[in-house]
Amino acid sequence: MYAFLTGPMLWLSFAICILGCAWRVYKYVKGLNWQLDRVAYGKYPDLAFKGAMKSIFHWLIPFASCSWRAKPVFAAAFFLLHIGLVIVPLFLYAHIMIVAERFGVSWPAMPDGLADILTILSILAGVFILLRRFALSEVRIITTRQDIMIMAISLAPLVTGFVAAHQSGDGNGWLLAHIITGEIWLIAVPFTKLSHAVLFFCSRAQIGIDFGVKRGGQRGSGIVW
Amino acid sequence: MPEGIFCNKKPINTEAELKALLSDTRGTKYYEEMLSLEVDREKLWATIQKTCKSRTQTWLDVCARCGLCADSCFLYLVNDCKPEQVPSYKIQSTLGEMVRRKGDVDNAFMRHAMEVAWSQCTCCNRCAMYCPHGIDMGVMMGYTRGLLYSQGFVPWELKIGAGMHRVYRAQMDVTTEDWVETCEWMAEEQQDDWPGLEIPVDKEDADIMYTCNAREPKHYPEDLAEAAILFHIAGENWTVPSEGWEQTSLSMFAGDWEACKLQVENVYAAIDRLKPKRVIGTECGHAHRATVIEGPYWAGRPDGQPPAPYIHYVQWVAEALRTGKLKIDPAKRIKQTVTYQDSCNYIRNWGLAETAREILTYLVEPGYLVEMTPNKEHNYCCGGGGGFNGIGKFRPQRNKALLTKRDQILATGAKLVIAPCHNCWDAIRDLEEEYHIHIDWSFLKPLLLKMVIIPDHLKPQDEEGDEE
Repeated sequence: MYAFLTGPMLWLSFAICILGCAWRVYKYVKGLNWQLDRVAYGKYPDLAFKGAMKSIFHWLIPFASCSWRAKPVFAAAFFLLHIGLVIVPLFLYAHIMIVAERFGVSWPAMPDGLADILTILSILAGVFILLRRFALSEVRIITTRQDIMIMAISLAPLVTGFVAAHQSGDGNGWLLAHIITGEIWLIAVPFTKLSHAVLFFCSRAQIGIDFGVKRGGQRGSGIVW
Repeated sequence: MPEGIFCNKKPINTEAELKALLSDTRGTKYYEEMLSLEVDREKLWATIQKTCKSRTQTWLDVCARCGLCADSCFLYLVNDCKPEQVPSYKIQSTLGEMVRRKGDVDNAFMRHAMEVAWSQCTCCNRCAMYCPHGIDMGVMMGYTRGLLYSQGFVPWELKIGAGMHRVYRAQMDVTTEDWVETCEWMAEEQQDDWPGLEIPVDKEDADIMYTCNAREPKHYPEDLAEAAILFHIAGENWTVPSEGWEQTSLSMFAGDWEACKLQVENVYAAIDRLKPKRVIGTECGHAHRATVIEGPYWAGRPDGQPPAPYIHYVQWVAEALRTGKLKIDPAKRIKQTVTYQDSCNYIRNWGLAETAREILTYLVEPGYLVEMTPNKEHNYCCGGGGGFNGIGKFRPQRNKALLTKRDQILATGAKLVIAPCHNCWDAIRDLEEEYHIHIDWSFLKPLLLKMVIIPDHLKPQDEEGDEE
């Protein structure tokens, strides 16, 4: 079971995630239409590139957009959640060890203590965002089952991974649960709203190009995100 | 009754149809018929499949339902933070549902969607600036309006407005003859004060071709005279086309894309015919949006540009002041608290925030300008944009929407609001009429004429050649 989950199933999960995301990006770009979208995508490459980068940058950096600054608590929760989901797994000593054993490549790991803190903060941020959904009427009205489900799918590997790393005794039930939930998460990315892992960049680039080449980017300092 | 006599899926294409629809006062019969207008579900789904491409589909799918758009929407805020006014909700419950149900929606759904599309969104695009994914609900609502229009679910006034463009290539029944006569009349009227002033019609190769809003020749011809006087003072070599002078597009508000194309092509044809160095549009926001920003795409121009450089009136004013073509008498600068209304269509959506501020440095005595909060690209809609001003059925909602601008203006303490946009100007006039906050509001042209220094050679001379 363990061998299957960490062998073929892991490969399959990664393959589905990566190929699925690539497919989503391909479909997105292919579906852009200068006339229907009313954006001359290819005509002003410099302005387009500048607009896209500016648009992504201001939202990728904490508090770099007016909207993040207007909602500092939510923004903090948002970034903590994403650090736990994206940064911590990539720089976790235990993960890097597995890659090093199998492929002989490795990169610097973050201290385990820091990883623990970031994981706990990430879980708390996720719970906060979930509670916020029900507490605020403006968020409650737009919440769907999928929004709750993807939060559950995302938090599950964090919780199981944290427990697995800290349990005493040799039972590997939590570790198995961590691997399974991690694989579910990977597979869910291209098929659910988690596809925003790549579509965020597409969508932000698109609106950046829209404002950059058409809606003001040719004049003054361009849009102030 | 699947199709009504007045309310149906057929656009207005003749003067007779237009007059018939106009005769149905306030659209009483029209809205009655709408209650039983059938939805052509197959056509709706086919249209969606053809036009709802990856950008819109992704916007609908990827929306994280985080609610950050709520506070960005002035209609959400002004309507007591009603959850139904959250932009994400508004678009998901209309366009989102249409797409998810593959066009299988009924009459009641479409009527509700019409109410949302025209009374709960002014397409100001402010939400696009506050959404982490960059989802522009204003753009999507514009698209939704197109779907609704194609099924006959459109407010009465906008069906008429789109019809006007189809019949007259103007938002009002101003014919070519009416227009040219108005130009001649206005030029003649000015001869005593401005000897030699001309409104040249159809002059080829001029430096400037001027386009305007049909309301100007129809209801405020003095606006055209003011434009002419200012060009005269600035010594510009300018012209107006006899055809293709109308820059606005109520068809854009209506979602009648075919009429949008017809209208803008008429203006572009005038540019091709007269070959001006550049085109200057009047003090109107949506006209600029329609003819300069979106128009090139409707007309199928891949570079997204009109046939000649096409600038907004505020750009010409800023340039004329900067280069000294227009000189302001410092003694006549505005010395009362004044504020500036940023038009969504050319400030947020075309980047002229600083250009407008440059003008104010010439017109307003330092210390008298008090900016609204928020302002520039982050401004709130005047409350009447996107066609909201003109729809009788949604007048109560529109009046409520005006409260945002009223309170913004009151907070500045300004007694004068400079509003170089017809829609904003109307909304501010209406909010004064509705709420009596004792303010004045003005376009740039009359303000400039009060302050500009008139060159001696342009002053009227008496018989001995002395200035009067």
